Amino acid sequence: MGCWVMAGITFREAARKKILWTALLAGLGFLALFGIALHYQIEDFGAHSTAPFIRYQILSAMLMVGLYVVDLLAVVMTILTSVDTISGEISSGTIHAIATKPIPRWQILIGKWIGFVGMIAGFVALTFGGTIAVAYRMGGVMPENAFHGALLVFLECLLALSVTFMFGTWFSTLTNGVIVIGLHGLAFMGGWLEQMSGFTESARLVAVGVVTSLIMPSESIWRRAAFEMQTPLAGSLPFSPFANVSIPSPTMIGYAGFYLLVALGIAVYHFHWRDL
Amino acid sequence: MRKEYGNKVAVRKLSLTVPRGSIFGFLGPNGAGKSTSIKMLLGLVKPTSGEAFVLGERAGDVAVRRKIGFLPEHFRFYDWLTPAELLRLHGRLCGMAAAKLRERIPVMLDLVGLTPHRDKRVHDFSKGMMQRIGLAQALIHEPEIIFLDEPTSGLDPMGRRLVRDVIRAQRERGATVFLNSHLLSEVEVTCDNVAFLKDGEVVAAKDLHALGEAEVHVVVRARQLSPQAVAGLAPWTTAANVEGEQLTMTARSSDVLPDVVRHLAASGADIYSFIPERASLEDLFVRIMGEDRGL
Repeated sequence: MGCWVMAGITFREAARKKILWTALLAGLGFLALFGIALHYQIEDFGAHSTAPFIRYQILSAMLMVGLYVVDLLAVVMTILTSVDTISGEISSGTIHAIATKPIPRWQILIGKWIGFVGMIAGFVALTFGGTIAVAYRMGGVMPENAFHGALLVFLECLLALSVTFMFGTWFSTLTNGVIVIGLHGLAFMGGWLEQMSGFTESARLVAVGVVTSLIMPSESIWRRAAFEMQTPLAGSLPFSPFANVSIPSPTMIGYAGFYLLVALGIAVYHFHWRDL
Repeated sequence: MRKEYGNKVAVRKLSLTVPRGSIFGFLGPNGAGKSTSIKMLLGLVKPTSGEAFVLGERAGDVAVRRKIGFLPEHFRFYDWLTPAELLRLHGRLCGMAAAKLRERIPVMLDLVGLTPHRDKRVHDFSKGMMQRIGLAQALIHEPEIIFLDEPTSGLDPMGRRLVRDVIRAQRERGATVFLNSHLLSEVEVTCDNVAFLKDGEVVAAKDLHALGEAEVHVVVRARQLSPQAVAGLAPWTTAANVEGEQLTMTARSSDVLPDVVRHLAASGADIYSFIPERASLEDLFVRIMGEDRGL
């Protein structure tokens, strides 16, 4: 019961404070920009009489770029909107009137988490689905395994959310933001190192990339999603976020899911025992 | 209970009993550990050692929180809500049914004088109005014990009177009120019992109804005061001193004052004034805590 009350209030807070609408506006702005880019590209195809096969491959690659931006946008939105929800309420004392109500503390935290999960689901559905719809409507291209890809992007956001919640039970809003953005940056770097290692065939670089992905597996999830959704041409580009040079295994996705649950478990545990 | 933060001891030894159905004042200077003590009783802070029982159950348990209302000192909440929405949220967190809340919310808004502001957002509220809505959320589920941390600090005189009346009404319906306040004059007229906290330790506890029966300071202006007459005051006083026409003494209680007057008159003294000065709670506070050495 307490969970659903907290989930509802978290969702309403985002709507009332215009966080939700601003995020949706940003998503729609991106979709408009993506549509304009596709429009001009399709016009250029007509002017240069590009072969249909090449047209399809280029538009598919553009779609993957669009989905990659959606992924980045969704993760950043997840972190920015949730970074203050635990630490901010602890530092302001807002939590005092809530945590003295007859609901266990885990319900407060999980309720907030569920509220954000609902918002993120809406955001990913709009931007991810919107990007695919625009690309299909204008260029007739469709990614492989689109639904599976969307679920993986959603999983990446949930991972970022759970890690943000975990550090939010320890640190101030600013410190929490720095840590989580830093970790995501580390994962981003690790992903590129793994791609490069595949190209240069450096085992040590692979090891660095894998260790980085173990520290924060968010980028690995995207690379798996890209592998599952892309066309062979986009996958053959050596230095891109969609390259097939180093593909995270399903075990890595399982590890990311386990990581998420552990982060959420630690958040619940620490929030339960800490002084407020 | 004891609470340490690293090397710092916030509460050294908290040991007190609060009678059910009473208004209990928890007093002490800044930094004495009052807020930490309240947080331990509410389960917000875990004691380093010791334990407390509230309404017979371990402090902080979910079951006992159902019977507790709390107004934090710096009441902050989701200020994007209207007062009615805020009360609905708190009521739902207390497990109240929607029908009960529909009936209770207007009553509570009326009780704290916020009905005319029911459609405003809480972020447009003054500090006093925040205090009022905070009080309403603490009482929404008719708790058996209410912890109020500085409930009148942001209020004007009308607001203070309202809070005083609300507190008394809670006692009348059988609830216990645990009041933490710096406003000793408020505590004096509201509370039944008080405890004094100094350096994280309860150093004294008083029944305020018995305070009137305690020692009374008396200033007498009289002529023809003989040393024998002053010495003869010993059965009724603990101290007596004469300077010119002024006799100052500490009577054992207000009950002995007629005997003192009769004794002085019988000894031949001409009495021009006889002024008993009951020790205020503030005097008691200063006597127990000592003077503020910061000035």
